[in-house]
Amino acid sequence: MLLIYCPYCEEERSELEFRGAGDAHIARPDNIADITDEEFEEYFFLRQNPKGLIFERWRHIHGCGRFFNAARDTVSDRFYTTYKAGEPKPDVAAILNGERDKGAAR
Amino acid sequence: MADLATATRKAALTARGGFTDVILTPAPAASRLSLRAGTDALAGLSAALGVTLPSRPKTSASSGKRHALWLGPDEWLVIDESEADLMAASATSGTLHSAVDVSHRNVAVIVSGPGAEVAINSGCPQDLSLAIFPVGACSRTILGKVEIVLLRIAEDTFRVECWRSFSPYVFGMLSEGAADAGH
Ligand SMILES: [Zn+2]
Repeated sequence: MLLIYCPYCEEERSELEFRGAGDAHIARPDNIADITDEEFEEYFFLRQNPKGLIFERWRHIHGCGRFFNAARDTVSDRFYTTYKAGEPKPDVAAILNGERDKGAAR
Repeated sequence: MADLATATRKAALTARGGFTDVILTPAPAASRLSLRAGTDALAGLSAALGVTLPSRPKTSASSGKRHALWLGPDEWLVIDESEADLMAASATSGTLHSAVDVSHRNVAVIVSGPGAEVAINSGCPQDLSLAIFPVGACSRTILGKVEIVLLRIAEDTFRVECWRSFSPYVFGMLSEGAADAGH
């Protein structure tokens, strides 16, 4: 069983309580009615699907109900860190050097 | 060499009988409030409800037969075992909040006895060891396939809240867990 650290509940909880919610840090354009179809496609549909480190939104749906963000490895499924919605995207180098392991799943 | 384990054959209805280490009791009717509010409303709501809404994760507060359970950063489940009118109480707070009467949406099972922890953990991943989940601790989590809200009311007693239509499933899961708790 994978344990995920919820930054709102402040403890590791079972993966069974969580649901993934796609890529994190995708800002909705302020001028959404003015952008071209191509720009909308880029914003709405196109994702990198990287092999390795990815920043994702997760929801503790069967716990506190909150959305939060996570840095996860798509190959090993390891959660490097989790952080509250609205907090800045953590530094990639710091994550890969293991300087941020709050929320690392065991 | 690993030791051989031999499973005990259980009859289909074994778990419907009495258990040695666990007692399962349907809780009496209660009034319940699903409460959402920002931090600026907490003082007013706490005063109106007569119980301090907790702001720390996994904690609850009680005043007599009334309990306020932290479910999320802006969400509480308020339970009144004397069926008091919680909607009327919260309406006097003068604060901006959302209160929904869920008295009949939920039912509760009281799980007590030395095997209570084991019975619940048979289908629930929440760490229920006393150091991590002390008396008064609460959490929304899952039991088998359904969502529950747990409240530890004594070292060996839990209140398990679930949605009404899920209650036969919850009682059945707890019964199976209770039957296993003695082994
Ligand atoms: Zn949570």
